[in-house]
Amino acid sequence: MTDAAETMSGEQLLDIRDLRIEANIYPPGESSQTITVVDGVSLQLRKGKVLGLIGESGAGKSTIGLTSMAYVRGGLKITGGQVCFKGRDILKGGPHAVRALRGKEVCYVAQSAAAAFNPAHKLINQVVESSLMHGVTHRADAERRAVALFRKLGLPNPETIAQQYPHQVSGGQLQRIMTAMALCSEPDLIVFDEPTTALDVTTQIEVLAAIKEAIRGTGVAALYISHDLAVVAQMADDIMVLRHGRLVEFGATREIINEPRQNYTKALVLGGEIHHDEQAPDGVPILSLKGIDAGYGDGRTKVLKNVSMDLYAGQTLAVAGESGSGKSTLGRVITGLLPPARGAITFDGRMLAGRLANRSKDDLRQLQMIHQIADVAMNPRQTVGDIIGRPLSFYFGTGGTENQRRVAELLDQIEMGKGFVDRYPSELSGGQRQRVCIARALAAKPKLIICDEVTSALDPLVANGILKLLLDLQQQQQMAYLFITHDIATVRSIADSVAIMYRGEVVRYGPKSKVLTPPFDDYTERLLDSVPKKEIGWLERVIEGRAMQSTRDQH
Amino acid sequence: MTAPAAVSETKKSTWIWKASRLLASAPASALFGLVIIALYLLAVIFGPLVAPYGEAEVVSKIPFSPWSREFLLGTDQLGRDTFSRLLFGARNTLGISLVTVCLSFGVGGVLGMFAAIRGGWADKLLLSLTDALMAIPPLIFALIVLSIAGSSIPSLIVAIAAVDITRIFRLTRSLSVNVLATDFVEVARLRGEGLSWIMSREVLPNVLPLLVAEFGLRFCFVFLSISALAFLGLGIQPPTADWGSMVRDSAVLISYADFTPLIPAAAIGLLTVAVNLVVDWILHVTSGLREAD
Repeated sequence: MTDAAETMSGEQLLDIRDLRIEANIYPPGESSQTITVVDGVSLQLRKGKVLGLIGESGAGKSTIGLTSMAYVRGGLKITGGQVCFKGRDILKGGPHAVRALRGKEVCYVAQSAAAAFNPAHKLINQVVESSLMHGVTHRADAERRAVALFRKLGLPNPETIAQQYPHQVSGGQLQRIMTAMALCSEPDLIVFDEPTTALDVTTQIEVLAAIKEAIRGTGVAALYISHDLAVVAQMADDIMVLRHGRLVEFGATREIINEPRQNYTKALVLGGEIHHDEQAPDGVPILSLKGIDAGYGDGRTKVLKNVSMDLYAGQTLAVAGESGSGKSTLGRVITGLLPPARGAITFDGRMLAGRLANRSKDDLRQLQMIHQIADVAMNPRQTVGDIIGRPLSFYFGTGGTENQRRVAELLDQIEMGKGFVDRYPSELSGGQRQRVCIARALAAKPKLIICDEVTSALDPLVANGILKLLLDLQQQQQMAYLFITHDIATVRSIADSVAIMYRGEVVRYGPKSKVLTPPFDDYTERLLDSVPKKEIGWLERVIEGRAMQSTRDQH
Repeated sequence: MTAPAAVSETKKSTWIWKASRLLASAPASALFGLVIIALYLLAVIFGPLVAPYGEAEVVSKIPFSPWSREFLLGTDQLGRDTFSRLLFGARNTLGISLVTVCLSFGVGGVLGMFAAIRGGWADKLLLSLTDALMAIPPLIFALIVLSIAGSSIPSLIVAIAAVDITRIFRLTRSLSVNVLATDFVEVARLRGEGLSWIMSREVLPNVLPLLVAEFGLRFCFVFLSISALAFLGLGIQPPTADWGSMVRDSAVLISYADFTPLIPAAAIGLLTVAVNLVVDWILHVTSGLREAD
């Protein structure tokens, strides 16, 4: 940091004191209750600094971020504390003061850029809009500035991209354009609300590097909100750990990463240390795919190309890849939802029919699936008892007390009590919902369970619990898992063998120890070192390494 | 064994408890609607017992006799007691409406879910059929059917239900298509569940709240179209009492500043309002929408 920046950093920009935010909730059939969403949180941010807000969902991190723009989401109320921006209390200003603040002094970068852009307008018009509205500058100058920012953020062909519409550019590019939009009116503070969460890791790293470069270059201060500690560690000077709307720990990034004091922070830093010893392939595979081709629209759009892999009884095969790699389609092919155009699926020694309708009831029973988002994978009008009990009565014809006994047993296995039998899915937490989905799959006594991103919608600590449960159940009941995931950390912790997919093809396949150790092919190497590490300076090292690599390649 | 009995007992009592909690939280407008509906039901069930005279009994020599102790609401053009006919009319008018709506919801709902789940040619066929039916204006369609089949009560029911089935079919189908796109239906399909399970257990409970709301509205519309047909002389045939024809028969009295014909009209109007108040409340409760306070 330069001396000039050092002196600038002495100035207080944002000062939130004792912030308290409440919401009214309406439990069905009961009178409304008031809950506290943010409880007495204070934070200070100096000019040119980046403060990371981290916590699981419901921690109140986005809510706090938005108050720095004098905004609360519908249904929430600020009931205490003050928010001072450049020394003035912005909660007390009228609509004019708020309008002058937003988009000019404080800007916001949302999680899903795809949803935040208006599809009907050219990108350049949206990027310069707030600068023009606030009269920061005139149009030609604003456009020049925007294009310069595009270049700085590493967007290819900045002039051309400016004239395009949102659907014509990729998700990673949109996220960078949104950052440009925030920077365009030269604000003092930018609120980044999970800006890279919806992106693939290989795209995320580019966006992170671009954002970091842009922040450092302009000297703007930022609140960086994320649930991913590894990402925040790359971006922030200080980190605030939040949980249930309260402050858990605050400190410099180095302190939080290297010497966390609170137990919760320690758990976040260490992550789930799940250890699973790899087993060697043994006997005849329970599931064997040979030369599978599949696609949509009469095979015109090919999604899978010549995919072959084997999965052995009682083992886990992780299928890893980014969005668009065809890993979920593979799951649909195996379950019979999408008949393959070519190739054979052998399951437990017999050929599986490609079409769901042609499979026997026993085939269906032995091959269960757990979906990514448990919320929509359960009928909201059925109780937990009905949901878990149905496979029992459907496949085994157990009814009455026997059914109730088995449901209780299954609830025990997923570490939930009998008390949940009469609950509806809406009355469960995210982790509990996913557990119920697991119990439903277990009820069928399957030989193979296809897990489609089962932990990616969950908070890290909850996700760890689910993974542990799955491993325990595998030990007890010797089921095989086909584990579809984009998360390399999950692959490391649970897989026996790994298939890495890229654009519909298996680029690397074998036992975990082989697949995840060098020498790598190009794609696997890029994928593996794009996974953020909870180390300070990791981002710089990787970017530098890649730059050196590309200069070497040129020579 | 006692265990399962105990379980079902607690289930039952929580159900009753939930219902009473729900009722207690109902707004005044919904309670008002419920009370009105209950009064109408009492009239339907006990009307003939309470009515001082018979349905078609000519009790007075003077047509259109004024209100008196003897004839509470006077008599009609043939000297029949208006009050008695009002009570008997409740049974006919409401009964026919109810049967008609149940028929149209039964057939339209089942066909709608079936078309959505099955898809393909069955869906296309049903859609084209309903489109063809919907192209004919409903009142004209009813008039055609009634003039062909004669205006008996069964043909009245069929004529109105046939028109309504198309609308219920469309509604149920579009609601079901949304439900079918969810993962829990995919789970059921992967489990190997058949059409009837997916229809009755996965789709129906999720489209039911909106169908119930629609049921209330449709009930009123059927009721109004029966009255409209009765007013045109093609509805329920004399001497059977129904509110629509009662309005028509005594309509001339309006010119003499007597508001007797307004009473059956008001009976229709009041029930329509009451049903709508209750339906609004049901929609509000089931949609999960809350007003900000």
